[in-house]
Amino acid sequence: MAKRLSTKRLALTGNEAVAEAFKQVNPDVAAVFPITPQTELMHKFAEYVNDGKVDTELIAVESEHSAMSAAVGAAAGGVRAITATSANGLALMWEILYIAAGMRLPIVMALVNRSLGGPLNIHCDHGDAMGARDAGWIHIYSENTQEAYDNTLQAFRIAEHREVMLPTMITLDGFIISHTTEVLEILDDETAKSFVGEYKPLTSLLNPDQPVTMGSLALPDYYFEHKRQLVEGMYNAPRVIEQVAKEYYELTGRQYGFLENYRMEDAEAAIVVMGSAAGTTKEVVDSLRDRGVKAGMIKLRVFRPFPHEQLANALSHLNSVAVLDRCISYGAQGGPVFGEVRSAMYGKTIPVHSYIYGLGGRDLTPHMVESAYNDLFEGKSDPRMRYLGLRE
Amino acid sequence: MSKLKGWKDIPIGAIVPHGGTAFDYETGSWRSFRPVHDRDKCIDCLDCWFCCPDNAILAEEGKFKGFDMMHCKGCGICAKVCPPKVGAITMKPESDFRE
Ligand code: SF4
Ligand code: SF4
Repeated sequence: MAKRLSTKRLALTGNEAVAEAFKQVNPDVAAVFPITPQTELMHKFAEYVNDGKVDTELIAVESEHSAMSAAVGAAAGGVRAITATSANGLALMWEILYIAAGMRLPIVMALVNRSLGGPLNIHCDHGDAMGARDAGWIHIYSENTQEAYDNTLQAFRIAEHREVMLPTMITLDGFIISHTTEVLEILDDETAKSFVGEYKPLTSLLNPDQPVTMGSLALPDYYFEHKRQLVEGMYNAPRVIEQVAKEYYELTGRQYGFLENYRMEDAEAAIVVMGSAAGTTKEVVDSLRDRGVKAGMIKLRVFRPFPHEQLANALSHLNSVAVLDRCISYGAQGGPVFGEVRSAMYGKTIPVHSYIYGLGGRDLTPHMVESAYNDLFEGKSDPRMRYLGLRE
Repeated sequence: MSKLKGWKDIPIGAIVPHGGTAFDYETGSWRSFRPVHDRDKCIDCLDCWFCCPDNAILAEEGKFKGFDMMHCKGCGICAKVCPPKVGAITMKPESDFRE
């Protein structure tokens, strides 16, 4: 068990919890632009800047494209840079997301998940993050306020590791986590600071002793090699994510990894899910178990790099699997997580089903989750994607 | 042409770690027209040397010396700036030089 240290229990919203983690990290630069439901997060952080609780240079930019550009500029200048956004804000950053990853700048961003219009909607789904799936960022999902805080602290260590050097986004479900007050445990400032450590950049544009060019051109003769190099950062990330999680566990007693296996040992069918829906699913698993139904759940914490092997191992003893996606990929065979899971299960005969739920903030009720389990246990298979909570 | 490096041997994030790297980069392969110099006509004004965007005009002791074909990309600026009455540089299609 972890050694006890001085921690505080506070009641915070998800946004406030991430702002608290950012405060403890005291990053050098925060480039911010408001968007619901993220606004409150950077609003809180701006208060810390105003009150002198952090030394961060806060840049209130004129758009999210500029927010990410400013973060890239700051990180290229050799300092620790953060930002936060949601939905359309992330979409506006799109171009610069790839540049941040391509330049291997370990920017940390909080993404408060929100659906993309149209029609216009400010509530939660994962469509924003999934649009940035292939941008070269590490994606870490949170189930609740505690995880949003814990993931934020760990994100810096992962992103900045010399063998990773990749920008990292931690996500929290818009409103469901961002605006819900929950009790969580906060490390004391000194412990959090020393866990995250000091940032030592690989290189800096502002170092006159080592002048470098960043953001340079690579033509057909070198571009491909640089992309392969980025893949290597992703390949190195799992080891680092696990190491950081281990150290965090020793500090806090809270366990993190790629997956959380919930009542999986003797499970016959399981649901794979990300984010706050895991909480609802656990409730359903418990109630099914009370009735003797051998249901299990796997919560996926890290979407990029995707833990193919671990997931395939964790699912290999089941009769059937359902993947719940809070995102839709029009014209695809299923949601984006489903595609990854089924690919991970290639060669196995276990059927994997796709369910779409919760788009635009539609509640996922225990009843809906149970209906998916019922399909699995009754062997109702359907090669098409199915929907939870959708009216015909 | 300098040997192309594999992905393990290049700086992370496409950083250019020091100056002067353009020298190693062969822009000569881009050329579809090649400048040809006429020593008899040249008055060594060195306008071409001033104007070449790739430093591909070689000069020595104030005199035109030749072209650096590894870097000359065949833009034709030298031929254009060579005084009209002199016309010491002509652009010839690269195909003329193939065996
Ligand atoms: S053709 Fe262009 S690149 Fe070549 S020597 Fe003339 S000016 Fe320079
Ligand atoms: S511009 Fe023409 S005349 Fe002047 S140095 Fe060059 S080739 Fe000779």
